[in-house]
Amino acid sequence: MSHQELLQTRFPAAGLVFSDFRDNHRVHVPKERLVEVLTCLKTDGGFDMLVDITAVDYLEYEDTDDRFGVVYVLLNTSTGERTIVKTFVNDPDPTLPSMYPLWKSADWTEREVYDMFGIKFEGHPDLRRILMPDEFTAFPLRKDYPLKGRGERHNFPVITRSES
Amino acid sequence: MAVKDIPDNVFMTTLDAAANWSRANSLWPMPFATACCGIELMATASSRFDLSRFGAEVMRFSPRQCDLMIVAGRVVMKMLPVLQRIWLQMPEPKWCISMGACACTGGVFDTYAVVQGVDRFIPVDMYVPGCPPRPEQLIAGIIALQDKVIKTGTFNGREFAKRTVAMGPPPFDADELIRIREGNEQLPVLN
Repeated sequence: MSHQELLQTRFPAAGLVFSDFRDNHRVHVPKERLVEVLTCLKTDGGFDMLVDITAVDYLEYEDTDDRFGVVYVLLNTSTGERTIVKTFVNDPDPTLPSMYPLWKSADWTEREVYDMFGIKFEGHPDLRRILMPDEFTAFPLRKDYPLKGRGERHNFPVITRSES
Repeated sequence: MAVKDIPDNVFMTTLDAAANWSRANSLWPMPFATACCGIELMATASSRFDLSRFGAEVMRFSPRQCDLMIVAGRVVMKMLPVLQRIWLQMPEPKWCISMGACACTGGVFDTYAVVQGVDRFIPVDMYVPGCPPRPEQLIAGIIALQDKVIKTGTFNGREFAKRTVAMGPPPFDADELIRIREGNEQLPVLN
């Protein structure tokens, strides 16, 4: 039984939307059912590896109602089957449950999504910035953040020749 | 010729020149290699291009043992405090080569995290253009730096502060621009 049939029999009325492109199997999940669906995929679908978590900012994007899409890429290491689970969160204060209890690899990937997009993960053991410096205050991959930043990159003391 | 006929300063100048000549031909580079320019820097130091022909082959990975910092590659805002601390840890006299487009200007990486030129935050003596520069270009930069060391001498920061004479046009004065505009005077052509 493929993971799509499994999800369809388990969650018949959950509002899951399936789509396929070549060998790319995707399922859109409402935010409230995310934990149940991912738990089912891990325990019964055999998806024992969380390859990546990433996010998309749909600000000013055509035909969308939601601000952020969060993408979970799963892999079944015994069959090689892959699936992509996508959910949506919105301003203000976008929050999702952490997947750290299911897959330990969610630790750093959720920190990266938090660092770049400002999406909080409830239940994460150590949610702080992973790429940008701690004193950085913005979330640089959001579409309303300017590409060249707000001057953070040049906010440093200058060392002159006579001081060095 | 009696010794007393020689002016006092002749002997000192000669000693300085000798010291400059020896320092110029015995540079100790500190490789601050963060990107692909670092690969070219390694190629420059190894046998084919052979930086030891110019007396600069002893790369030390401790800043306390170096007098030439070669910044090779882009520097992000998380790396810049490290760069500044390493620069301050180097003993004087010391020089800095900014190698490659990214270290000089930020290159194509005009983004929120990349510093647009290390010369904004540390003093730079020589710029080597290229993306990445060929080893020949880096060697040309080192030869030019040797000329500079021989000509300008070896001095520390305190002496530099005393020696420096303001060069070039006077600093820009915004009030003067307003005065010129209000007085309806002709502005000089600015570059």
